[in-house]
Parts: sequence; structure tokens; C-alpha cells
Amino acid sequence: MKSENLLQIRNLFIEGFYENQWNTIVDDISLDLKRGEVLGLIGESGAGKSTIGLAAMGYTRQGCRLASGSIKLDGMELFGASEEQLRSIRGDKIAYVAQSAAASFNPSHRIIHQYAEGPVQHGIMDYEQARKNAVKIYDRLFLPDPEKIGLRYPHELSGGQLQRAMVAMSMSCEPDIIVFDEPTTALDVTTQIEVLASVKEITEKMNKAALYITHDLAVVAQVAHRIMVLRNGGLVEEGETRRLIKKPKEKYTRDLLSVRTLSEDKNDEDKTDVILKVKDVYATYNGVDNVLEDINLTVRRGRTVALVGESGSGKSTLARVITGMLPATRGEISFLGQPLSPDLKHRDKNNLRRLQMIYQMPDTALNPKQTVRTVIGRPLDFYFGIRGKEAEKRIRDLLTRIELEPAKYIDRLTPELSGGEKQRICIARALAAEPDFIICDEVTSALDQLVAEGILSLLQDLQREMNISYLFITHDLATVKAIADKIVIMLEGRIIEQGEKKEVLTPPHHEYTDKLLASVPVMDPDWLDNLLDKRASTFLS
Amino acid sequence: MNLLIKSPLSARIGLCIVLFNIIVAIFAPLIAPYSETEVVGDVWEQMSGNSLLGTDHLGRDLMSRLIFGARNTIALAFITTMLSFLSGTTLGFVAAVKGGWIDNLFSRIIDIIMAFPTLIFALMILSVMGSSVMILIVTIAILDSTRVYRLARAVAMDIEVMDFVEVARLRGEGLWWIMRREILPNAMPSLVAEFGLRFCFVFLFIASLSFLGLGLQPPLADWGGMVRENAGAITFGIFIPLIPAAAIAFLTVGVNLIVDWFLHLASGMHN
Repeated sequence: MKSENLLQIRNLFIEGFYENQWNTIVDDISLDLKRGEVLGLIGESGAGKSTIGLAAMGYTRQGCRLASGSIKLDGMELFGASEEQLRSIRGDKIAYVAQSAAASFNPSHRIIHQYAEGPVQHGIMDYEQARKNAVKIYDRLFLPDPEKIGLRYPHELSGGQLQRAMVAMSMSCEPDIIVFDEPTTALDVTTQIEVLASVKEITEKMNKAALYITHDLAVVAQVAHRIMVLRNGGLVEEGETRRLIKKPKEKYTRDLLSVRTLSEDKNDEDKTDVILKVKDVYATYNGVDNVLEDINLTVRRGRTVALVGESGSGKSTLARVITGMLPATRGEISFLGQPLSPDLKHRDKNNLRRLQMIYQMPDTALNPKQTVRTVIGRPLDFYFGIRGKEAEKRIRDLLTRIELEPAKYIDRLTPELSGGEKQRICIARALAAEPDFIICDEVTSALDQLVAEGILSLLQDLQREMNISYLFITHDLATVKAIADKIVIMLEGRIIEQGEKKEVLTPPHHEYTDKLLASVPVMDPDWLDNLLDKRASTFLS
Repeated sequence: MNLLIKSPLSARIGLCIVLFNIIVAIFAPLIAPYSETEVVGDVWEQMSGNSLLGTDHLGRDLMSRLIFGARNTIALAFITTMLSFLSGTTLGFVAAVKGGWIDNLFSRIIDIIMAFPTLIFALMILSVMGSSVMILIVTIAILDSTRVYRLARAVAMDIEVMDFVEVARLRGEGLWWIMRREILPNAMPSLVAEFGLRFCFVFLFIASLSFLGLGLQPPLADWGGMVRENAGAITFGIFIPLIPAAAIAFLTVGVNLIVDWFLHLASGMHN
């Protein structure tokens, strides 16, 4: 039973159609998956992880095709199988859990009805039986109130609960294999734990096999028995989890593993002048409930303040208050010693120029109809009246500064750039205004690990050269550790702890800070088990 | 030019159709065998050497009227649609970007205009102001712009929430830049598609107005009007009204082939 080979992929090639020809996107991949085993597929975006995950179900995205090779699922060849045959195995033998549960559930049907759809459709059980099973699985996945939770609509569940409901749903037809495609990427660290625990529950206790796709090595180390490292559709290295983490063979794997240590500790914190001071600020969206309460913080020249918290903690709202998009209802914001009008409309151009912002999603932060030249050139023209030859020169300088080759990029439209390049252009746009202070709102969370590291070290270099201050909003504590001088922790619209990095990161800290710090996965296969054991024992005692 | 070489066959066909129509319209007096008003034969005569496409309900040469009609019809439809798009898009964008009471004010006024059936609204204005070409254009443009406004506002609202618009606001950009440079290029695909449709609806609307005697005044020819005038012939098994109808269809297809091509280019899709 234990050695039963559920999934066997041999010499798989998949091609995608772009630039008017078929290009190989998955290059000679072979893998085996046995019952009770979890295989981690890891790599950056474009590595072909999801394509392989979908191919295991005999499915390719539009514009792609299975070129050659063999995919055997429980002895049945999927390569060249009819649509009918494929439909009968999907959900029944192999199921898929997508990255965003929020986008994968139909918002207008109750959770449990969507759960039952699969088994009823496949004729495995009737609705009543499916409902009973659902309650059992909800219970196993630690969802609160398993009897009733299924009657809720998707928007009535939190992100972590929804993702677990999605995992439960993939179990509805009792498949042998589950493909998890980045199931925790969109979640906060504290909710990520819940989902990881339920993935472990299913694979270990219920004896299912799983493919776990992610770009985060620390996460996959917690759940996978074996790991395959992929790059550009090809295999870089494969190995048993502990071995791979301890002794990676390839340089690429070592790069992925390398712990981020970017910032040296800066001393004499209080000697530089204050750039931004936020004092007793309150803000509200509806005029009744405060989303921000009693916010006090200070940013000094050439320093980085990291603003940490889960989604919904008010981090981004605070950024909106500082930029003036959402005027504060009470309190005072001063910038370079001068009080700043709460409302954007009443701020003068010079203050707008000196306070810039960089966004989480470089895709939406750049107008898709503009070229790099327009994007970077506009602030030059707008704030300094620089046009023509002089502007051209400045744009090229800025591009060089953000480590993009001017001749190659200056005339490109923004959609023709990769995620990391886009984020660099956003940085150049902010720099063009010659700011004193930049708000970075989750600037690396949409990027792959290595790309994100490039962006972080660029930001650090710029800070050193130009003495810019950052307010760095993030939910990723690894980033915080890497670049912050000062840490501010927010929960439910309030600041619960703030101080120098060393101070905040060394115990004793606030109870919530403790939970937050403990939730960051570390590159240790036993970390999740230890943490869960610890939590269980504290819960019992 | 480079674009034209790479254009798909369908777009080239569309381009040829529209160009053909425009040339005919411009050189109408040179091409047409008779004048717009000259009576050349009996009522609803069959095709002959004398009148290539037969004659209309007053015995005028259909071919000549079709050629002169191209002038009135295309010019009228083009000017009207442009006007309605200029006003509708501008107002729609302002409403979406400014929001608040401005959005409310514009939208409620538009709602009021839309509450009247279009034909009755047009009748009201035309019977009070008289039916000159100028007033005809303005009336239809106002009516059309309500639809364009709604579309432009909805599309702009989707774009307005994107971060790059916020970046522009934070930079301190004015309304004009945001509308013209940030929103318009991204709204183009939807607007161009709508343009193709609206352009053709204008012929039909003028035709219904002509039927009520408030469209283009006789003896000026317009295609929609010609279909109406000769509709009675159908009962006698004479297919003369189908000829101007075919002309409308022909131009409509041509315009929409080009619109499709624009959409294709604007969406950045290849193949």
C-alpha cells in the first residue's frame, strides 16, 4: 500500500504559444508520487510549477499543449485521453486547490452547496451524505462551528477559513491526489499556519498524496517529503526535503535558501532630523467607526520604519492618511517640521513632490498605455519643468540608477515588462520627484523571492546614496528583519508596539508580537510540528 | 503605414468599403448621372440603361439619389456621433473622476433625458425649434450622448480606482491630465466599439424621423429616408427599397470591420 505509485510523469514536454510560435515551457520533467507522500514543486513565477500541477490532471491552460511524454494517474494514461475520461477523474481521483479561494468560490452560493456539487455530479453520494462528510472534514480542518459554517456564503468567512474550506472541498470526492497551488501565498503569516496544519492533517492522517506548489521554500519545507526545484520549465535539482535544505547541490537552490541579511544596524538613531511626525491621528471611512485610533509615529532622515500587521490592521489606511487620500479626522501630521494639511487638495506641489509612494501591485500602479519614458518623464516635467533633451538625459540616468539598461527599456510600454522591472520603474518614477520620504506599501509581496531581494537591496542602496527615509508597510517579517531600523506593529487600527528593531525583536514583547514572530516559517522541516505541538500544549494547560 | 501592411484582410476590406463610400460622397456631382431632384422616368421603374438602379416613388433616378444620399448620410452620422462622443465622454469622465455631487448632478440630468422615449424627445425639440440640419445634428447628438455618458462613466470608474490614477492624484495632477492621459487611453477599446454601433444607429434614427417628416427635409436624399419613402414598393414585389437598405448595411459592415481591427490593436492582443 505504502509504495503504490499514484502518479507517474515521464519526460513531459509542454508547449505554449507566444511570439507566433510554439515554445517549450515545461522541459523534460519526470516525477513519481506515492500514496501518503507530499512532493513540493518550488520555483519562481514562470518556472512551470502550476503548468505541471495542472498537467497532472490532464489539463493545460489556454494557449498551451501537451507536446510529448506520459502522464499516468493510477495506471491510466492521461496523455491523449478524451475529454470525457478526463472529466471522470478530475475531482474524483485528483483535485486542485487554487491560490485564491476567494476567487475560486462562487460568491452567490453557500459553501456547502459548492462542496456537494462534485460528489453529487460524479454520482458518488447524495446531497445529505455529502453534507455529513463535509461537517466531518470541516471539523478535522479546525473550522469553527463545523455544523453550521457550510451554510454561510463565501464572503462571510475569513481568508484563512475560506482557504481551508477550499481544501475541504477538494476532499469532497475523496480523491487520491490533491494539487495545492500556492494555497497560502495570499494569506497572513498567522492564518498561513492554519492552512498548513490542515494540509498536513490531510496528507499524513488521511493518507493522501499531494503536489504542493509554492515559491516559498520555508513553507514547502514544512509539508513536503521531497522537493523539486524548477527553473524556466526545467528541473534544477530534486531531493528529500531535509537533504535539500541542508546540502543543496545547485547554486540556484542556495540562492533561494540564502537568508536575507541586508541591513547593517545604524546607530545614533536620534541624531538625524525628523522627516515625518504623526501625532494622535484618528481616521474613519464611514464617519462613525474609527479605522485608525491614536496613531503616533516618527520617521527620521535616512531611516526605514517598518509598519507591520496583518491584513485589515490599518497599515494601508495609515498610508492613505499620510498621503492625504483619506484625511485624518483628528490629530496632526507634520512633514519636515511643517504641519501638513490633512486633505490632499490643500497640499502644495512641493510637499507632494517630497512625499512619494510605491505600491504593492506594479501592474496596476503603471498605466498600461504609457511608455517608460512617459512614466518617468512626467514627474520631471510636472515638478521641475524639465523637457526635451535634458529630460531624456535624466530619464536615462534614472534607468541606470535602477539597474535597467536605458536603451533597451526607455521606449517600452509598461505591460512589456516583468513584475520586478515594473517595480523598478515605479521606484524610478518616485525618484524622479527627488523625494525626502517614500512610502513603500508591500512593494515586494507580489514578487518572487529573488526578484524581491533585488528590489530591497536597490532600495537600500538608494537610501544610502540619497539619504531618503522609508515607511515600509509589510506583513512579511523576513523583510522587516532585513531592512528596518525601527519597527511599528499594528493591530486593529492601533499601534501596539514600536521601537528600535533590536528592541522589538528581542523578548519580552507584546503578546501579539510574539504570535506574529512565531508564525514566520523558518527553513526547518520540524518547525511547523514543533509550533503546533507547543500551541496544543499551551491550549491544554 | 506599417500598421496598414500588417492589418488583417477583414480590416482592409472594411477600409476599402469606407473609402469607397467617402469617395463617392465627395465626388457625388461628378459621378451621379442625374441630379438629386431630377425626374427621369415613371414611378418605380425597373433597372434599365436609362436609370441603372431604377427609379424611386417620384420617378427620380435611384442611383443618383443613392450617391447624393451618401453625402448627407455619412456626413450627418459622422458629425453627430463625434459630437455625442465628445460631450458624453467628457461629462462621463468628469463625473467618474470628480464623483460626489458633480457625478450626482450629471447623472440625474442624464436620467431625466433618458426617461423620455428618444423619438418623443426628438419630436419635441424638432417641432419647437424647426427641422434644420443643424438642429437635427444637435438633437441626435444630445440623445446619443446620454448613452455614451453612461458607458464612459462606468468604464472610467473601473479605471479610476487603479493605482496609477492614484499616483497621478498624489503627484498633484489636474483633472484634464487624469482624464486625457490616464483614463482615456485605457477606455478607448470600449468607446471605439460603441462608436461603431452608434454610428450606424444614427442612420436608422434619421430614417424614423424622416418618416415622421422631421428628418432631412425633401428633396434632400438620405439612405434611411429613401428606405422609408419607397417602402410601399415592397407590397408590389418591387425590391427598390432594399437597395438603400443594402447601402446602409454595406457601410455598417465596413465601419465595424475597422472597429474590430482597432479593438484588436487597442487590446494589445496578437492573433
